[in-house]
Amino acid sequence: MKLTIARLKEFWHYKDLLKQLVIRDLKLKYRRSFLGYLWSVLNPLLIMIVMTVVFSTMFTKDIENFPVYLFTGQILFNFMNQSTHQAMQSINGNAALLKKSYMPKYIFTFSKITSGLVDLIFSMGALVIVMLATGARFSKYNLLFPFVLLQLYVFCLGLGMFLAQANVFFRDIQYIYNAVTTAWLYLTPIFYPIDSLPPKVMWFVKHCNPMYFYVGQFRDVIYVGKIPGPMIILAGCTTAILMLGIGTWCFLRNQNRFILYI
Amino acid sequence: MGETSSRQLVVDVKDVTVRFNLANQKVDNLKEYVIKMLKRELMFQEFLALKDVSLQVRKGEAWGIIGTNGSGKSTLLKVISGILKPYKGSVDVKGSIAPLIELGAGFDGDMTARENIFLNGCVLGHSEKYMKEHFDEIVDFAELWDFLDSPIKNYSSGMKARLGFAVATTVKPQILIVDEILAVGDYKFRKKCEKRMNEMLSNGVTLLYVSHSLNDIKNMCSHALWLDKGSVVMQGKADGVCEAYLEAQESN
Repeated sequence: MKLTIARLKEFWHYKDLLKQLVIRDLKLKYRRSFLGYLWSVLNPLLIMIVMTVVFSTMFTKDIENFPVYLFTGQILFNFMNQSTHQAMQSINGNAALLKKSYMPKYIFTFSKITSGLVDLIFSMGALVIVMLATGARFSKYNLLFPFVLLQLYVFCLGLGMFLAQANVFFRDIQYIYNAVTTAWLYLTPIFYPIDSLPPKVMWFVKHCNPMYFYVGQFRDVIYVGKIPGPMIILAGCTTAILMLGIGTWCFLRNQNRFILYI
Repeated sequence: MGETSSRQLVVDVKDVTVRFNLANQKVDNLKEYVIKMLKRELMFQEFLALKDVSLQVRKGEAWGIIGTNGSGKSTLLKVISGILKPYKGSVDVKGSIAPLIELGAGFDGDMTARENIFLNGCVLGHSEKYMKEHFDEIVDFAELWDFLDSPIKNYSSGMKARLGFAVATTVKPQILIVDEILAVGDYKFRKKCEKRMNEMLSNGVTLLYVSHSLNDIKNMCSHALWLDKGSVVMQGKADGVCEAYLEAQESN
């Protein structure tokens, strides 16, 4: 308990470092590009347009307002996918700093997930544009979206820490994880309706795919405009906290050995 | 003796051993790991970078650390800074540390000097506000106003060392660790750094200093520690240790 309090205090002490690292990520991402931060809004929009053109002929009959349906799933999955991939490299990639000064190592992992979250907030701007352009209904329940993003953020922190520490010892993880996220993408109802899955697979996705919990809630809030059901909220929160627990535990257990491997 | 021992102990290194796994090929992928485990070849070739090193530094003392390449000087400094955890023994440090280890204090090559000053200050545990207040002072000392907005990767090693030293000494640490960083600076800058370090020493800052120049050690430091192959050969007053070290080097 005492150790936990000491760790929290240390985290608070280094909060400005977290801020600096997030700023660094965002700055370096668009440095020397002509449109800069505008790409955070434009990029998901362009991809959404391509995917809408590709998939609309297949699913458009079953799904009302396909662009918003697609976009709500896509930006959430992209955030998870990109931020955890970045987080996986966060320890190896910052070896130069870690070898020369002491700082809490998880700060680097946190910063990657957090800069992904900032990007996601930019994408929310693109979402509003899509909703306006397609004449979607707005509702007061739309404003519940931060609650869903918070769950996903916590989930990604946990997953990112787990991947970051594993990647220090086994670089194979990155290739394995690439395959995992590809499968994960197709197992998440992003560009197809959940009922188009075979019953067994659907049961699996609905109960075992964390991304379904978050995309499902996000769609309830933004696309349908209602409060998500209690079960999916419970599943989302529990999974997020569990993942954070597992990630933190693995990370803290191994962090003193990082320096010998990076 | 009575006077010195009453001063507060700021660095207390007790019987520290640091072990590296010097596996001939580094096993860092799963396939190799499993194969080696099955073949029972997962043997660790141990390498002790430090063996039972003890060092007690009191507030305001300046310690020079000498020894040949690979004798464990940087490893000792890393253990004291908390970058490495000792395999055995304990390290107790009181006060904030600014480490300058292995040329350069950890900058990001793609970022500009301006951004790196903030990043580096925060790495040392300071707030952004604090860094803003001391920004001008840092750039003045490093004399790098003209290059403030170019990426650090275009800097020479001397310029990087200047910036690193300027940040680490301006943030007013209680313990300053300087590891050979001044070797790449020009004469004028070295003099400036020495002056700054002497000022800090008279303000009660504790200094741990690695250098291959015994004259520098004798000038700057009151005490010295001589390491060889990870073990302490001698420690005590700087003059005595330096002389013994020089003798040993020349007789080899």
